[in-house]
Amino acid sequence: MEYFLELFFGGLTRGSIYALIALGYTMVYGIIELINFAHGEIYMIGAFTALIVASALTLLGMNGWSLLILAGIVAMVYSAAYGFTLEKIAYKPLRKAPRLSPLISAIGMSIFLQNYVLLAQTSDFLSFPALIEEFPFMENVTIMRSSELVIFVATAVATTLLTVFIRFTRMGRAMRAVAQDKTMAMLLGVNVNRVISVTFIIGSALAAVGGVLISSHIGQINFYIGFIAGIKAFTAAVLGGIGSIPGAVLGGMVLGCTESFATGYVSSDYEDVFAFGLLVFILIFRPAGILGRTTSEKV
Amino acid sequence: MTVDWKPLIRKALSEVAQSLLAAAWFMFLTFPIMVIKISPLDKTIEWRWIRMVFIGIGVFFLSFLWRYMLERKETGPEKGDTEPWQKRVGARIRTDRRIYVPGLVAVAVGVLVFPLLFSSYQTSIMISALMYVMLGLGLNIVVGLAGLLDLGYVAFYAVGAYFYALMNHHFGLGFWVALPLAGLLAATFGILLGFPVLRLRGDYLAIVTLGFGEIIRLILENWNEFSFGPSGIAGISRPTTFGFELSLHEHTVYLYYIMIALVLLTIVVVGRLRNSRIGRAWIALREDEIACQAMGIDKTKTKLMAFALGATWAGFVGCILAAKTTFINPASFTFMESAIILSIVVLGGMGSIVGVIVGAFVLILLPEYLRAFSEYRMLAFGAAMVLIMVFRPQGIISGLRQRYEFHVKASEEVQS
Repeated sequence: MEYFLELFFGGLTRGSIYALIALGYTMVYGIIELINFAHGEIYMIGAFTALIVASALTLLGMNGWSLLILAGIVAMVYSAAYGFTLEKIAYKPLRKAPRLSPLISAIGMSIFLQNYVLLAQTSDFLSFPALIEEFPFMENVTIMRSSELVIFVATAVATTLLTVFIRFTRMGRAMRAVAQDKTMAMLLGVNVNRVISVTFIIGSALAAVGGVLISSHIGQINFYIGFIAGIKAFTAAVLGGIGSIPGAVLGGMVLGCTESFATGYVSSDYEDVFAFGLLVFILIFRPAGILGRTTSEKV
Repeated sequence: MTVDWKPLIRKALSEVAQSLLAAAWFMFLTFPIMVIKISPLDKTIEWRWIRMVFIGIGVFFLSFLWRYMLERKETGPEKGDTEPWQKRVGARIRTDRRIYVPGLVAVAVGVLVFPLLFSSYQTSIMISALMYVMLGLGLNIVVGLAGLLDLGYVAFYAVGAYFYALMNHHFGLGFWVALPLAGLLAATFGILLGFPVLRLRGDYLAIVTLGFGEIIRLILENWNEFSFGPSGIAGISRPTTFGFELSLHEHTVYLYYIMIALVLLTIVVVGRLRNSRIGRAWIALREDEIACQAMGIDKTKTKLMAFALGATWAGFVGCILAAKTTFINPASFTFMESAIILSIVVLGGMGSIVGVIVGAFVLILLPEYLRAFSEYRMLAFGAAMVLIMVFRPQGIISGLRQRYEFHVKASEEVQS
């Protein structure tokens, strides 16, 4: 039972990170129907920025929670800035293009950003400082680590804030309107370009949160981490029903737990096989994902 | 004639201001990653300020170019031109016998003498490019014609390669027997994948095919008893030569001609398919599924046909890959490979055969010849993909649909 719980919390941690990245995917997809393949790279850049900032601040003599928070904030700002710029360069000129063209420019951007970090920094794995300190009250708990608790809580807070933002603010309403019907929203005076920019900014900042937390939990990063995380998070977003925010969180958790249990009970070699197998299985029975609504098409 | 300078100066100033802003923004953006480098061992920070200066200057000038190009793309061709020159040149090439016959002859001669003029190395690169032409044409059936976004095309490529490798390893099966069987097996896998995803649309399909590709790769990587795991299979036979003894260089040349023949076959078959009943059904399906079904097209059969016929070519190319390199391992079949093949199709121009050929040559030869820039080549490659899409979103050569036009009197046509 203890082993089960350990795997379960491990899965939730992993799922939280997938969820944080998947939120960015799902929001962007909901609004411009684009699979933003470079989103994983944004997450990677967030983690790298945090590493650089944290290392620099450590050398200046800073430590503890303030270090985590400061590095996290800088990472969020930079990720958001990258996401914003990415959209302006690679997607905005392609708004009226055939549907697959932005996808290719996204893949191109992903290759570009990976190599940019590779060349400007290093191709080696860098060790990431453990920014999350152990809580004193968690000392006797064996099934869960403090960093896992922090990741879980941070995800819950971020998701709640996002939901509140989308449901109750003016910008959130504009986002929902654009997601429903871009042309109509534009006619009613919604600044669509701004809504899209804000979506990229929020999505990227969330990815950075995920990047900082998981890197600090795992302890090492390199330029390639964004790729696989991006694919997994996209899987999570689709699993939950792409375009739906609770769906992204649920999809992330389901995916994380599946992987964790597959690793724990079967073999770590096949964790990805289980993840994708689950995806195929669920989509066969629910073609629009767990929480996705199947829209009937009007002719 | 007096020129009113004021608005011009104002425009110039605003352009400069925009470029300055862009430069400042990028200097901020690249600051942590470009400038700071921490060496974890001796705990020191290296500040590389000079890079920031380069970025600022570079972005300042590139930003002018960027805005100029975007503006040109928005406003379209110059006034007085009813059709852009590319289109006119294209039409001229296609219709004028005096141009396309000698052109085709020149291309054919160039292709045939290529291995005699260039080294083994160059020929070998050409073979890769031709392999990607075939892969691109195959994927073009699924993505370009039938409109099914397949991100796991590499799975069929792997199926073909491993089929030949394993058969050769265990039973000594020859290349020429394995080639059609590899195609057939890949087609079967195409149908196997096709069944569960029939109900899915658009991007759901994309992720499931991506997952399928990854599953195949992971199985190959981890099932050591079956596929020899990550170490792969070595010592695969080259194509048999009906009794002739060939040196390594001659083998490369031989394979080159095999590839030329196969590419020609692919072009003919795909070209004929596109204008056939099934090809038209694919295009109709891509445009509108519901209308298509209302017209009595069997959706299931048509989609499965697209998957199977698309996968076949990947099976062939997989078999050739195994014979060419004599060694395969799962690392050759990652998602990146699928992404490259998809990029060939989209970048070249979806649905267009010439486009796919051009796309394959650009995407495969570009990184090869960019080797001069060694470490920067992938950076340039990614940037090139983005730039081509931004400035030519329909692809380098956009597909031509066969149209049946109603010809009116010449005088009226000019007006319209």
